[in-house]
Amino acid sequence: MTTLADTAPAPRPVTAREHLDHERSPLAAWWSDTLVFAGRNIEHIRQIPEKLLDVTVQPLMFVLLFAYVFGGAIAVKGGSYREFIIGGVLIQSLTFGMNGPATAISTDLTEGVIDRFRSLPATRTAYLSGHYVAELAGMALSIVVLLGAGLIVGWGVHRDLLPFVGALALLFLFCSAMIWIGTYIGLVVRAPDAVMGIAFVVVFPLTFLSNAFVPIDSLPKVLGYIAAWNPVSVVVAAVRELFGNPSAPVSLHAWPLEHPVLCAFGYCLILLAAFVPLSLRAYRIRTRD
Amino acid sequence: MYQEDVRHTTIPSEPRPGSAPSATGATGGVTATGLGKRYGDQWALRDLDLEVAPGTILGLLGHNGAGKTTAIRILTTLSDPTEGSARVAGIDVVTDPAKVRRRIGVAAQQATVDGLMSAHKNLVMVGRLHHLTRAEAHRRADSLLERLDLVDASDKLVKSFSGGMRRRLDLAASLVAEPEVLFLDEPTTGLDPRSRNDLWDMLRDLVSNGTTIILTTQYLEEADQLADDIVVLDHGRTVAHGTPDELKSQIGTDRIDVTVGTARELEAVARATEPFASNPATLDEQLLVASIPIVENTRLMEVMRALDAAGIDAVDLNRRQATLDDVFLTLTGEMPADADPDTPILEEVQP
Repeated sequence: MTTLADTAPAPRPVTAREHLDHERSPLAAWWSDTLVFAGRNIEHIRQIPEKLLDVTVQPLMFVLLFAYVFGGAIAVKGGSYREFIIGGVLIQSLTFGMNGPATAISTDLTEGVIDRFRSLPATRTAYLSGHYVAELAGMALSIVVLLGAGLIVGWGVHRDLLPFVGALALLFLFCSAMIWIGTYIGLVVRAPDAVMGIAFVVVFPLTFLSNAFVPIDSLPKVLGYIAAWNPVSVVVAAVRELFGNPSAPVSLHAWPLEHPVLCAFGYCLILLAAFVPLSLRAYRIRTRD
Repeated sequence: MYQEDVRHTTIPSEPRPGSAPSATGATGGVTATGLGKRYGDQWALRDLDLEVAPGTILGLLGHNGAGKTTAIRILTTLSDPTEGSARVAGIDVVTDPAKVRRRIGVAAQQATVDGLMSAHKNLVMVGRLHHLTRAEAHRRADSLLERLDLVDASDKLVKSFSGGMRRRLDLAASLVAEPEVLFLDEPTTGLDPRSRNDLWDMLRDLVSNGTTIILTTQYLEEADQLADDIVVLDHGRTVAHGTPDELKSQIGTDRIDVTVGTARELEAVARATEPFASNPATLDEQLLVASIPIVENTRLMEVMRALDAAGIDAVDLNRRQATLDDVFLTLTGEMPADADPDTPILEEVQP
C-alpha cells in the first residue's frame, strides 16, 4: 500500500459528481427514478401505516357487511349471494382506490416538495410513474386481502387457469385505469380537501348504480339501462364470468353486458388511453408557469 | 470588528484567476439578458440583466413581490421566462433545462423537504434522483447531516422539525450533488442569529471552493456581508446594481434618526447635521424624524453637540444601520410600493 501511495500522484478529493451514473440509458434512468418515487410512497406508509386502512380493512368491512348484513335480503338467481358479491366488492374497492393517488398528488402539489423534485435532474414523468407503481402495489395487496376474505366466506374460483389469468390481467388494467383517473383528479383539483368530494361524486354513482351489489333486474328500468352500460358493471360482470361466479341474469338488452369480458378490456384500455395523456398534460401545465 | 473584505474590491464581472471559462466555453457562473416574466398583464420581472462570475455571490435585494423569487424560479428552470434569456453554468435554461438541473442546487423560500420521511431518507432520495449511486447517496447524506449539525435528528421525521432545522435540511438537500451554482431564496428568513451566522460562514466556505451563489434577501446587512455584487429589485425592475461598496457610497451605511417636537425643526436638523451627512437627510414630517445617512466614523456625541449648538431640542436620537427602506428612499426618492399596485402605499387606518 505504501509503495502504491508513494508512486501514485496525490489523490484528488473524490467528489459526489464523480459517482454519477452517466452510463445508464434514459429508460434505465426513468425506471430507477420511478422506483425512488415509489419508494417514497412506501416510506410514507411505513411512517403512517393507517394509510393502508382504505385498501385493507375497508374492503374487508364491505365483504362482511354484504355477506352477512345485506346478504340475507338480496337474492341472486342461479347462485349464492356471497359468490356474487365478491366480484362487486372487489371492483368497488379498486374504484375507491382512485382516492389514493388523487390525495397524494394534490398534497404534494400544494407543498413545496414538488419544486424540489422539479429542480432535480430526475426524469420528469418518473414522479407520476412512481405514484402509479406504489398505488398498484397497494391495490395488489387489496386484491389479495379481499379474495382471501372471499375464500373464507364461501367464494371460490370455478374455472380453469386461463380465465383466472384473464381475470388477473383485467384487474391489472382496471387498477391502472383507476390510478390514472385518480392521478388526473389529483393534478386538477386545487386543494387536497377537494379530492374526497370529487371522488365521492364520481365513485358513488359509478359503484352503486351498477351490478356490484344488486342484480340489475332489481333496478327500475331507466336505472337498469344506465347500470348496464356503466363500465363498473361491465368489469364486475367480466370478473364474475372469468372467476366462474354467478352473475344474475339480465333481462334488458345491453350489448356491453352481453359481451362483458371483451367490453371490460375495451373500457379499461379506453380509460387508460384517455387518462394517461390527460394526466401527463395536466402535470406539465400544473408544474410549468 | 467589521473588516473590510478583499472581495469588495474585486470587480465582480471579471472571473477570478482559476475560475476562467473552460475550453468548452462553459462557466460555473450565471448570465441573464433582458429577462422578463409576465403573469396576465402584470410583469413580475422585467429587463433583468445579470453577470455573475464563477465563485462569487450575487445578492438579489428587494421586498416581497419585487421579483426576486420569480428570477430564481426562471434561473432554476422552474418557470419559463416570457422574454430574454439566461445561462446557468454556461447552459441555456430554456433550451436545455435538464442539463441545468444537473449542475444547480436550489433552496426555495418554502422548505421543500418531505415531512413524512426522516432527514436522512430525504437526502438519500435527493441523491438518488441526482443519479448518484446508492452508496454515494448515503455517504453524501451522512456528511451533509454532520456538516449542518443535524446528526441527532437524522432519523427523525422532518414533520417534527423546527423551522430552522427544516431550513438547514433544505440547504443540505440543495448541496447533495455538489452544485456548481447554488440558488438560495431568502435563506436566513426565520433563522435565529446564531444559525444565520453559521449559514453565512458555510456560504463563504462554499464560495471559496468555487461555488457560485445567487441569494435573495430582504436584509441590506445580509447582502452587504455576503455578496460580491448586489442587484436591488423593485416591482420587477432593477433599481440599482453594484458592489456593496458602490451601493453604500450611494446610500451611506449608518443612519442617525433625530426625532424632534415640531415639523419646523426638521430642516434645522438637516442643516446642523450636514457636516456628517454622506447623503441628503430624509425628513418624515408625520413622524417628525430626520434620518441622516452619516459618513463613516461619525460619533454620536459630535452630532449631539452640533444639534445642541443649533439650539435644537431633540426628543430622541438613535443610531442604526441602513435598512432596505433607506436604500429605496435614497435611490428612488420614495418608499417601495407593495407588490400589488392596487394596494395603497400607506395603509389607511380603519375608523
